[in-house]
This record gives sequence, C-alpha cells and structure tokens, in this order.
Amino acid sequence: MSNPKKEFDWFDHPSSRRLLWWLLWILCGLSIIAEFFIHRHPHFSIDGFFGFYAVIGFVGCAIMILAAKGLGIWLKRKDNYYGEPEETQLPEDIDGDLR
Amino acid sequence: MGIFDNLPPAVLLFVGACIVPLLKGKVRNTFLILVPVAVFFYIMKLPIGDGLSFSFLPSFGEIEPLRVDKLSKAFGYIFTINAAVAMLFAFYVKKAFQNTWALVYIGSALGVIFAGDLITLYINWEIMAVSSTFVILARDTEKAKGAAFRYVLVHIFGGLLLLAGIVMNISAGNGIAFDGFAYADANIATTLILLGFLVNAAAPGVSAWLSDSYPEASVTGGLILSAYTTKTAVYVLLRGFSGWEPLIWVGCAMTVFGIIYALLENDMRRILAYSIINQVGFMVCAAGIGTQMAISGATAHAFCHIIYKSLLWMSAGAVLYRTGKSKCTELGGLYKTMPLTLIFGTIGALAISAVPFTSGFTSKTIIIAATEHEHLLWPWLILELASAGVFLHAGIKFPYFVFFNVDRGLRPKEAPKTMLVAMGILAFLCIYMGVRTEELYSILPYAVDYEAYTVPHIVTQSQLLMLSALVFFLFLPMLKRTATISLDTDWFYRKGGKLFYKLMDSSLNGINAAVHKSFIGGMVASIIRMASEGPAKILILVMTPYWAVKGIDASQQKELRNEIRTSVETGAFPIGITAWLSVLVLAILFFF
Repeated sequence: MSNPKKEFDWFDHPSSRRLLWWLLWILCGLSIIAEFFIHRHPHFSIDGFFGFYAVIGFVGCAIMILAAKGLGIWLKRKDNYYGEPEETQLPEDIDGDLR
Repeated sequence: MGIFDNLPPAVLLFVGACIVPLLKGKVRNTFLILVPVAVFFYIMKLPIGDGLSFSFLPSFGEIEPLRVDKLSKAFGYIFTINAAVAMLFAFYVKKAFQNTWALVYIGSALGVIFAGDLITLYINWEIMAVSSTFVILARDTEKAKGAAFRYVLVHIFGGLLLLAGIVMNISAGNGIAFDGFAYADANIATTLILLGFLVNAAAPGVSAWLSDSYPEASVTGGLILSAYTTKTAVYVLLRGFSGWEPLIWVGCAMTVFGIIYALLENDMRRILAYSIINQVGFMVCAAGIGTQMAISGATAHAFCHIIYKSLLWMSAGAVLYRTGKSKCTELGGLYKTMPLTLIFGTIGALAISAVPFTSGFTSKTIIIAATEHEHLLWPWLILELASAGVFLHAGIKFPYFVFFNVDRGLRPKEAPKTMLVAMGILAFLCIYMGVRTEELYSILPYAVDYEAYTVPHIVTQSQLLMLSALVFFLFLPMLKRTATISLDTDWFYRKGGKLFYKLMDSSLNGINAAVHKSFIGGMVASIIRMASEGPAKILILVMTPYWAVKGIDASQQKELRNEIRTSVETGAFPIGITAWLSVLVLAILFFF
C-alpha cells in the first residue's frame, strides 16, 4: 500500500464480522438468561410469561420488516418518479469534499 | 427589571433576527449562538404565573402573550438550548438569509409556547409556517423550491382549519383563552382546532409535508426544522387536548407508520424525518392518555427527543456536508474517516432507541409506564413494539448503512470542529439526562413517581433491544437498500395536482377551443359570407328560372352569374336594377 498511514478498517475483515456476530448472539442469550434472576411485576395478563420482551422484540421486528417489505412492492417507486431534476451542482452550504 | 419581567421571549428572538443581517462573518455567527443562550437564561428567570396580558376588545377576553408555567418553561428551555447548539453547528454558514429566518422561526415557536390566548397562538403559528418555508427555500435548489411550495400550502391549509376553529369557538361565546378543552364538550370548533394542530404534529394522512420538505432543506436547515414545528404541536396538544381519547390511537398509528416508512427509505435524512413521526407518535399518544404521568412523560420525551434527534440530524448533516450525498445506496464505510461523527451519531441512535443509561430510557419509558398505569393493553403493546422498531430503523439502520455496510470508496474529511463540538455537547446531554434523572424530572410539569432504573426494567429493555438487533442482522438481505422512494400521501397532491391541472387543461381549454371553432371560426365567418355573398346568391336564385325560361344556355348563364357577383362586390348595379329592386321591396312592404 502506498498510503504510509495504515487505514483503520477493522470492521471490513470477515474475522471481525464473525466476532461481532458471536457477540450479538451472546448478548441476546445473556439478556434472556438474566430474566431467571429477576422478579417482574406484569401489568397485564399477557406480559407475565418468561421471555415476553424477547419475543416482542424478535417477532415484532420480524413482522415489521416483512410488512415493510410487502408494502414496498406496492409503494416503492424509482427515485425520479416525480420527475424532479437531479441537482448537478452542490448547494453552497455543502462542502462536498469530493467535488 | 421592570419591562423585562413582561417581555415574551419570542420578542427577544425577533429583535435578534432584525440585527443578524447587519452583522458579518464570525461576529454574526457568534451573535446567532448568543441570542438563544440569552433567551434561555431569560426564560429561567421568568416567574411562574400570568406574565403579560391586556384587553383587546371588551367581549373578546384578554390577550395574553406571556403565560409562564412549568409546561411552557420546559419547552422554552429545550427550544433555546437546541437553538444555541444548532447555531454552533451552523458556524460554517456564510450567508445571513437562512439563519435570520431560523431565528424568526424559533422565536415564533416560543411565541406559541408562551401564548395564553388563541389569537397570540394563531399569529405565532402562522409566522412559524412562513419563516420555516424560508428556511427550506434557503437551500436554493429546484427540489427545495418545490418542497417549500408544497410545505407552505399544507401549512396554510392547517392554519385555516385552526383559524376557522378559533373563530367558531369565539362566536360560540367561549372566548379566546387557551386552556384545556374538555373531551366531553367536543364540538366542531374544538375539532377544527385539533385538526389544525394535528397537521403540524404530522398525524397520519397529513404527515407527508414533513418527510417531503425537511430532507430537502440545507444541512443546518433540516437540523433546525426537525425540532420546532412538531414539538410545538405536541405542546399545544398537551395543553389543549390532554385526555382526548382518539389521540391515543392517532399516536399509536404514527409510531408504526414512521417505522414502516423509515425501513423502506433510502435517503438518510428522510429516514430521520420518518423517525420524527414515530417519536412524536409517542407524545401524541401521551396527550391522549392525559394523566399527569403521561403529560410529564411526553414533556420529558419531547425534551430528550429534541436533543437526540438534533444529534442524529447533525451527524447526517455532517456526512452530507462532507460528501454531498445522502442516499444509503451511495454511502457506506465512512467509519474509516469520520469516526467522531460516527461515535456522536451512534450515541444519538442509542438514545432514540432508549438504551439504558441514555436519555431515551429515562423519558420514553415514562409514557409506556403511563399506558400500564391506565391498563391500556393495546396502546401499551403497540408502543412496546414501536420501541423495538425504533432500534431497527434509527438505532441500527441509520448508522449501519451510512458508516458501515459497503465501502464505496468515499474518504471524506472528519466534520469541521464547530460541528464536532456541537455534536459533543448534545451527545453529553443524551448521556447526562440518561443518568441524572432527577434533574430532568425536576423541570416536568407534574412530579413523576417513576423509577426508570430498576433491575427488571433494564433486563426487559435489554431483551427487547438485543433481539431487535438480532432480527435486523438476520433479515439484512431483506433490508438491502434500493434507489427508490416510497409513495406517501403527498402523492395525492403531487400527482393529483398534475392530474387536476391536466383535467382542467383538457376540459376548460377544450371548451374554449370548441367555442372558438364554432363561433369565431364558424358563425362569424358565415355571417360575413352571408353579408358579402348573400345578395349575389339571392339574385342568382331569382334570376336562374328567368334565364331558363328565356332560353339562355349554360355557358351564358355562367357568364351572367359572374357579372352579378362582380356587380354586387363592387356595388355597381345599373340604376334600373336598383330602382326595380326598390320598387319590389316597397311593393312587398305595401302588401304584407
């Protein structure tokens, strides 16, 4: 590499990404295991069972992503749908380091 | 202090806005920071109670441009703190236009907050609409002009609803005082006022102005806009419509709507715009619940939300400022060269997701606890789901697609120092208010008996968030960005407007063309023809049988016809014929 100062690119390495995946699974596991050691006070009948919030988080988010994906088929349009001109010149308040 | 005891804070900002164009360069930009700082301390000093009021017309009631209580003070604090830090972020701006209008905009928002009557409120409401339009226009691109045009039309519509409601309320003999309207006495007047407020709160159906216009504003313009219009609407809902049950459902719908659209969106600042709708949904829901706990929760949430949302807009703004790009499909891998922007942006992202030890955790959860206290099962469940969804779209999606994802070869410089300092201040506040809850809770309108930091709460919140994060990364292939936009309700007036134009064009211009063709082209021409050729034709009609009887052949007849025509055209009849015709006419008149 000609660049004398080595760039920080830790997140690009497959090994780091694997490590982060592991970390994510472990944290998920820990948050669920921690429920064994606490005493919750449910306010409704449905939120009393073990791992309720984990289920809400997982199932809820999955449903929302699928719903968004489904609606996307119907709602998504090309960028230039409204036929507005793409600005070729950057506005003044943008430094545009790359321009 | 004398007169300064009674001056509405808005006036100070309006005066400041008048001075701004007279100053230059760094002096001006420093002045822009100092004005909101000064107003912050002024608001802190304002004594609780009715400040300034005067009689306008005897039957009208009191005009009250300054009413100070804990609710208005809390919003006053956050509006001015945010303004000062935003102006620090905007230190790079060279022209006066945008930030002058921004001061007017912030001033009029404060004018609404401290208004004790509907007339003062309405005037400031409209100043807010106009000045914010200029803030959008300041970016000076074709897209911004189009968005500003649509923006101001929607807000004029909302303002008219509000005005109609106020006028009807006055004519019903209810005066101009702006206090809580009772849900039990709901009528057309109060409903119209509510609808006017909901336009600014970006309620479903009338929310498209927000996601359409804010992302088209400049780097700082979007940042400043993101804080005031919707939060002013939240304030007036808390003040005027607390306990209006339908608002619970409006709020719930907003939280889900914001998430779904933010998940579909490609433009990073549009993701943040939809996320405002999601967050304001929590506050609108709280207004609907209307208990003291809910009102305080919404105030705390508005306070914290303005800070972390500004922080997110700042980090997105810094990226836009440096790269000139705002689409996820064009961004990625920026962690390498903009690490500080990433860190500050991530703190904002964690705070909006209500991660423990950030401000979202100590504020948003009060609203959720309020639903629990009132045993509102469905609203509670929707808000919990929405909390998980926030982590998806704002907490992870925004930083992930901008700073990580694919390296697109962009190597911009780190954000300018003033931007970094501004982001640093807000990032500090996000954590400070997440830890020092008592200081946040002390400014709320009602004392809250709520403890955010219990072990079970931290555990359940961690479960909710960690599993949401897991879903994000498991479903990542489904979240791949595409260079698309999503249709929103602005479709109706953007495409509908064009359709209306075309319809009017083809129908009205069609009628016009048909009328032109038949009258100007047809009737007038035939009248002219009749006048010029009619006499000759009649003569020929009369003479033809005569010629036939006389035995004149066809070619001679043709000659005679031509003779008649030229005689008529030139008016050169032999005297005999003219006299003969005159006698004929007189004879007809005589006998009939």
